Amino acid sequence: MPQQNSDAVILNNITKTYNKLPAVTEISLSVKKGELFGLIGPDGAGKSTLFRILTTLLLADSGTATVNGLDVVKDYKEIRRCVGYMPGKFSLYQDLTIEENLNFFATLFGTTVSANYGLIKDIYEQIAPFKTRRAGKLSGGMKQKLALCCALIHRPEVLFLDEPTTGVDAVSRKEFWNMLQRLKEQGITIVVSTPYMDEADLCERIALIQSGSILSIDTPAAIKAAYPDKLYAIKSAKMHQLLKDLRAYGSCYAFGEYLHISGVSGETELLAYVKEKGYTDVVLKEITPGIEDCFIRLLQTGGAS
Amino acid sequence: MKQFMVFVRKEFYHVFRDRRTLLILFGLPVMQILLFGYALTTEIKNAKIIVIDNAKDVNSEQLIAKIRASTYFSIVEGDDMGAAFRKGEIRCAVVFPPGFGNDLLHGNTAQIQIVADASDPNTAKTLTNYLTAIINDYQQSIQPMVTIPYQIQPVLRMLYNPALNGSMNFVPGVIALVLMIICTTLTSVSIVREKENGTMEILLVSPFNPTYVVLAKAVPYLVLSLLDFIIILLLSVFLLDMPVRGSLVLLFMESTLFIISCLSLGLLISSVARSQQIAMLMSMMGMMLPTILFTGFIFPLENMPLPLQLISNLIPSRWFYFIVKAVMLKGLGFGAVWKQTLILAGMTIVLLTISIKTFKTRLS
Repeated sequence: MPQQNSDAVILNNITKTYNKLPAVTEISLSVKKGELFGLIGPDGAGKSTLFRILTTLLLADSGTATVNGLDVVKDYKEIRRCVGYMPGKFSLYQDLTIEENLNFFATLFGTTVSANYGLIKDIYEQIAPFKTRRAGKLSGGMKQKLALCCALIHRPEVLFLDEPTTGVDAVSRKEFWNMLQRLKEQGITIVVSTPYMDEADLCERIALIQSGSILSIDTPAAIKAAYPDKLYAIKSAKMHQLLKDLRAYGSCYAFGEYLHISGVSGETELLAYVKEKGYTDVVLKEITPGIEDCFIRLLQTGGAS
Repeated sequence: MKQFMVFVRKEFYHVFRDRRTLLILFGLPVMQILLFGYALTTEIKNAKIIVIDNAKDVNSEQLIAKIRASTYFSIVEGDDMGAAFRKGEIRCAVVFPPGFGNDLLHGNTAQIQIVADASDPNTAKTLTNYLTAIINDYQQSIQPMVTIPYQIQPVLRMLYNPALNGSMNFVPGVIALVLMIICTTLTSVSIVREKENGTMEILLVSPFNPTYVVLAKAVPYLVLSLLDFIIILLLSVFLLDMPVRGSLVLLFMESTLFIISCLSLGLLISSVARSQQIAMLMSMMGMMLPTILFTGFIFPLENMPLPLQLISNLIPSRWFYFIVKAVMLKGLGFGAVWKQTLILAGMTIVLLTISIKTFKTRLS
């Protein structure tokens, strides 16, 4: 039985290597009960490895981890009962219909679709018109909704979603995050990973991960507030040349139609520099940093904590 | 239990919705039976021969008529024996010397030359035996009254298969072969597919006991393999005129045992193989060759060097082949095959235990 502990997930110095290649190194973090926690990082950062360790699919080389107070090694059978897991790759039966998939997983978890229909109702209704269609023939967004339904059907206490929005269109992504908010209101702890930095703001707390190490763990607002200096967006007709010139001046990278530059002493000095280089058409404004800016900054400084 | 049944139902969905699986499941046995029953046979039918008749008398004509009447030979026109042999047009030649009938009736001894292409020694031997038999038969028919004072007459009786029907030997072998391939291939591929598709991850992160995953995978293929067995049996009885002399129930029980041992082997392969292709290759190639070589239905085991004979003991199909032959063709009961059954059961238990033990409850 779960201990009386306010943390739903605890990772303690978890290290895992594949064939001597480190996947995650000394990762420690905790997720509070009922929290919507995001693991943010690019592909290959080690997010999926963490999920597999937490869902008892992989054994860590060292370190300990608990889910709902249960040890991932010792109590793996109990954990498998009380968590929902949606792997990064679409992992339902492509040759079974929506309905068959859902019924199969409901029975597998010892429950029925009707018993927990309330929890998945909002999501299921969107795909219900296609319930006799085979899962392999669904669009990316519908597949993810079905997978979420299947992961939720037994009313898990902790939900692990590995990159649920990868390969999904912008509208479906937004819908998906709305659904997660509603599930959170039902008291389910959700750990979600994503390579999209813009989704980080939708989480309560996030951990920024790169190459198997955590750069920072905090609320998105706190991470953004911790940005150490001023950030400017700048553009000109000759973007490529501008990027080259500014790299010599401060920390600069392309960001959409603008270049983002930081590590400069001030706006006037920056303007003077670009004038001197012969640009006449520059647009410059100070901006508040986003998560991606923070991520890039943390990469350069090698982690804040 | 309800979970188990749902799992089994899901497996049936997979099978019936995948054309490739269905083809292997039902196309392969039919094809194999027809192939081994009709095309691949060591029997000799209509072997082409040349008859060169230098005598052209009553006796030679009568003898030629007898040869022509047999289904073993078909006589080719021509007189250049050497050229026909070189071109491979004929297997055998029969040459009557001039004055054959005269020698036979008046000189009491006549000779016939039989020349056979011994580059295939078995066929050559068989053909010359057939011809000798026809000639002896003719000799007796022209002098029925003469009795040699001391005569040993061998009385031949071909037990179980008086017509020397070749498919009698093959069909039990094919049954073993087909069941072996189908069971191992389909089970191993179906488990590896779950791994490849990532569904295994979800199955593992569920309260469903991993051992049940293994068993739930095995049950549908056990049922389907038994279905296959019935198809093969029907085909061989009605198409190839195979007898089923022993107890059908016993035959079924023994087949079930053999199928379970093959399924366990498939499960074992699935825990080693990483992709469906590898699983397919391991079970198709890795099982087909040993089964063909060491079952004894193509190459007699007695002729093999001792090390190979010892290896053949490890092949489950070898024991099953013996059992099927004993029950189907000889009509023997359990008393005659209990030893083989025990060996097969032992193998099954070992394989099944290993495959359940090696089935991973985690990834990698």
